Amino acid sequence: MKEYKTITRVAGPLIFVEKTDPVGYGELVKITMPNGDVKSGQVLDTSENMVVVQVFEGTSGIDLNSMVKFLGETIKLPVSDELLGRILNGAGKPIDGGPEVVPEELMEITGAAINPYARANPSDFIQTGISTIDGTNTLVRGQKLPLFSGSGLPHNEIALQIARQAKVRGSNEGFAIVFAAMGITNEESQRFITEFEETGALKRAVVFLNLADDPAVERLITPRMALTAAEYLAFRKGMHVLVILTDMTNYCESLREIGAARSEIPGRRGYPGYMYTDLAMLYERAGMIKGKKGSITQLPILTMVGDDITHPIPDLTGYITEGQIVISRELHSRNIYPPVDVLPSLSRLMNLGIGKGKTREDHKQVSDQLYAFYAEGKDLRGLVAIVGEESLSERERRILKFAADFEAKFVKQAKSEDRDIERTLEIGWRLLSELPENELTRISPELRKQHYGKH
Amino acid sequence: MAKTGKIFRVAGPVVVAELEAGMYDVCKVGKERLLGEVIQINGNHCTIQVYEDTTGIKPGEGVENTEQPLVVELGPGLLSSIYDGIQRPLQVLRNITGDFITRGATAPGIDRKRKWDFKAAVKPGAAVKGGDVLGTVRESETIMHKILVPPSVSGKVTSIADGSHTVTDTIGRLDNGTELRMMQLWPVRKPRPVKEKRLPDVPLITGQRIFDSLFPLAKGGVAAIPGPFGSGKTVAQQSLAKWCDADIIVYVGCGERGNEMTEVLTEFPELIDPKTGKPLMQRTILIANTSNMPVAAREASVYTGITMAEYYRDMGYSVALMADSTSRWAEAMREISSRLEEMPGEEGYPAYLSTRLSEFYERAGRVTTLSGTEGSVSVIGAVSPPGGDFSEPVTQNTLRVVKTFWALDAKLSQRRHFPSINWLTSYSLYFEPLAGWYEENVAPDWVEHVSRARFILQEEDKLLEIVQLVGSDALPEREQVTLLVARMFREFLLQQNAFHPVDTYSELKKTYLIMKTILHFADLAKIALDSGMRAQRVVAIKAKDRIAEVKFEKDYEKLLGDINKDLEKEFSGLK
Repeated sequence: MKEYKTITRVAGPLIFVEKTDPVGYGELVKITMPNGDVKSGQVLDTSENMVVVQVFEGTSGIDLNSMVKFLGETIKLPVSDELLGRILNGAGKPIDGGPEVVPEELMEITGAAINPYARANPSDFIQTGISTIDGTNTLVRGQKLPLFSGSGLPHNEIALQIARQAKVRGSNEGFAIVFAAMGITNEESQRFITEFEETGALKRAVVFLNLADDPAVERLITPRMALTAAEYLAFRKGMHVLVILTDMTNYCESLREIGAARSEIPGRRGYPGYMYTDLAMLYERAGMIKGKKGSITQLPILTMVGDDITHPIPDLTGYITEGQIVISRELHSRNIYPPVDVLPSLSRLMNLGIGKGKTREDHKQVSDQLYAFYAEGKDLRGLVAIVGEESLSERERRILKFAADFEAKFVKQAKSEDRDIERTLEIGWRLLSELPENELTRISPELRKQHYGKH
Repeated sequence: MAKTGKIFRVAGPVVVAELEAGMYDVCKVGKERLLGEVIQINGNHCTIQVYEDTTGIKPGEGVENTEQPLVVELGPGLLSSIYDGIQRPLQVLRNITGDFITRGATAPGIDRKRKWDFKAAVKPGAAVKGGDVLGTVRESETIMHKILVPPSVSGKVTSIADGSHTVTDTIGRLDNGTELRMMQLWPVRKPRPVKEKRLPDVPLITGQRIFDSLFPLAKGGVAAIPGPFGSGKTVAQQSLAKWCDADIIVYVGCGERGNEMTEVLTEFPELIDPKTGKPLMQRTILIANTSNMPVAAREASVYTGITMAEYYRDMGYSVALMADSTSRWAEAMREISSRLEEMPGEEGYPAYLSTRLSEFYERAGRVTTLSGTEGSVSVIGAVSPPGGDFSEPVTQNTLRVVKTFWALDAKLSQRRHFPSINWLTSYSLYFEPLAGWYEENVAPDWVEHVSRARFILQEEDKLLEIVQLVGSDALPEREQVTLLVARMFREFLLQQNAFHPVDTYSELKKTYLIMKTILHFADLAKIALDSGMRAQRVVAIKAKDRIAEVKFEKDYEKLLGDINKDLEKEFSGLK
């Protein structure tokens, strides 16, 4: 295999190589620096007279005397059962002191799209033990449901609580966990790993770590590695896999960095125009396949820049994922854990996973009714701030109280509290029973008769 | 002899090749012969957008120009199919490549082996021209597929006969030697010709109360549903696809979620068309190019869809096309444009965005077909504005061409008001042209009722501003009752549960009677207030609460009859 010493330009994370034999798009590249260090990269643009390579470990130390070798293949992840329990770096190399993974197979990390015709409709209710998720924004197997959070909010605790408590009722199978860290701090990553060790989850987990001081460009392959491992475990080994990706904001920053280095025409806020497609290539790798036992459920975490949900990262994510769980700074500052703001939160697949035979017949209607009153209650709070509570009607005062109770009893729970769905609905009914029965317009008369005031 | 060339450069979905070609020629790229389309010519270099992943393709590999534009295959067998953006049947692809879509897999859009019973409608000796019906094939239990003479063909039939044929068999001949087949090809970017375009004056009945009453869409009309994520675009689109009274539905999932397409795929075959009593899938064509499938095929998917829609229109059917979402289509254009390093317009979108959007929407319409019958294509495009901001280019350029605007509102969806269509910002310019139809076919006072409902809802908006300042108790009695009636309209009429077996579809009569009952209550309340009654006692009327049950009730006429009687009884008891 030929080596080239024809680097003509280095810019940010990119190197430009001239006078090569034909090089394939997306090929893996090895760069040997004069001091003998080796870096790896990938072809971003190839033509007869110039090849552009993005270098995963950053370009520091690369000069015009560095040697470039094109490997003639794309990036692959060695996969086998042995991946479980291992900690790897963002590029898929073990960093836990253990041996190299002996591959059963090498899998392309880009991943192909699941044929929509081959997909199975996700419909298995996952009980997370958190009322605001189970009760009002239900997660189902095969869903991608991100946590929209902000810096300083307890999204990691929530993700860990979900990972710890998540189960499908009536089945003993636990979830295998694939955890991909992108640019999070060492401290945060340690907390995840300690928790995985303590709960014994590490045995069933594959951990990919790209920390804050690791090369930023490597972040672009970390989630792809993780999802490839997840696909292997789910669709080859029949496991139910929960993938936690944190923090997607750092991933997108890296994407922007590459775009800028290539002098591409930027889209909104400088992010590349293809960010939607790029994110979709990751998120869409969740799902279930007809006739296959396993599933991939995704729980990406992203911190919203300035808590702005219209920022391109949460915005594009929300258009791809099947809903979102929004973490609220306001609830957090009032010491309510988990500070999930149910109003902007949503689970699009909720209706597939709930109801008679899955959770309970009244689930949907209770959820809608809670939503409706809580939304009204929150509006009234704004009104009270202007006109005072005295000028409210009797009904409005009751709803105002409902909103407060809802936050204190339904939303708030302990970090170790694992509420089953019956308990969650029971709390819901108790709150609703404080209001006159004829106000429950979202609930059918029969269900009202069955549950109103009975809990 | 096909023209060939070689690849010069590869960058993502865009490939530059040294090749002699015309604009929009379809090419086979590289060793794997990936399908692509020429989108720019620069000297002897032309730029090709490739419909599949280009990883591993090298400069120097060959390119073959087919010298044909991108075409779709039209003929019996389209219905009940599910295709990707360039008409590859996904069901067949699964058999070839497995659960994941890999590169280079091809399969014809229409099954070549399946035989159809063709019944000739013309006799040898007849003179035919483009668009004339040669014969029929029963494509599904509900749809009779008419085999049309391709638009550019005409002549005298020398032979034609009934029989069982595949779509590529010769079913007859013309005197000029043209062989007639059941399948024809049509370039996707070129509108199929019609005799004339006509003004739409028949409503597309959707079974959704807010659309049918306040913001109707005409058959052959165009509507846009913009809304931020989570506001219910997809549910609204799917409800329309399920229940609207078009003969044929083309549903284009353009850059959207895989799981959502699966939901459609699982659900549609089980749903029964209220009009025909047959599975809805029998009238539906699905085009699924999910967000992680190649971006160039996403760009092509809406054209593939509308061409199929036009084909069925030419048979004299009313067709409704749902495009979810046109923003993803626009983004595909932006992505490709930026790879071409074109000078961008607003927000990085290409300067030709507006032209492309209006060209696409103009392919909708109610028409007289070439053979003289009437057909229509209605287009309902979902728009996904970033951050829910309607001032962005895709929404704005769409608004310039559409006549019905269904604005989704995240605030409403957060309070679980579904469909979360904002009744204050939405509009329909078809309301007046369709008034006559409604008055004739539903009730003479339909327009009056809808106008009153609209007025009360607008009134509520003004009053709520005052309430924000002084509290609701400070309002005069009459206004308090107005607020109550407006709330009844919102909860009992506008809200509709797409997941409830009865409420998911509301016939026009039901919509009308609910409106009428609420207005009846309003009238009785007005009389009571005029005679000095306190608003509190009107609010306490019990019978009105039962209107909430009507939407879930099959035998709604009886229930409403009872409620109306009880209302009158309760009101007369007040005195």
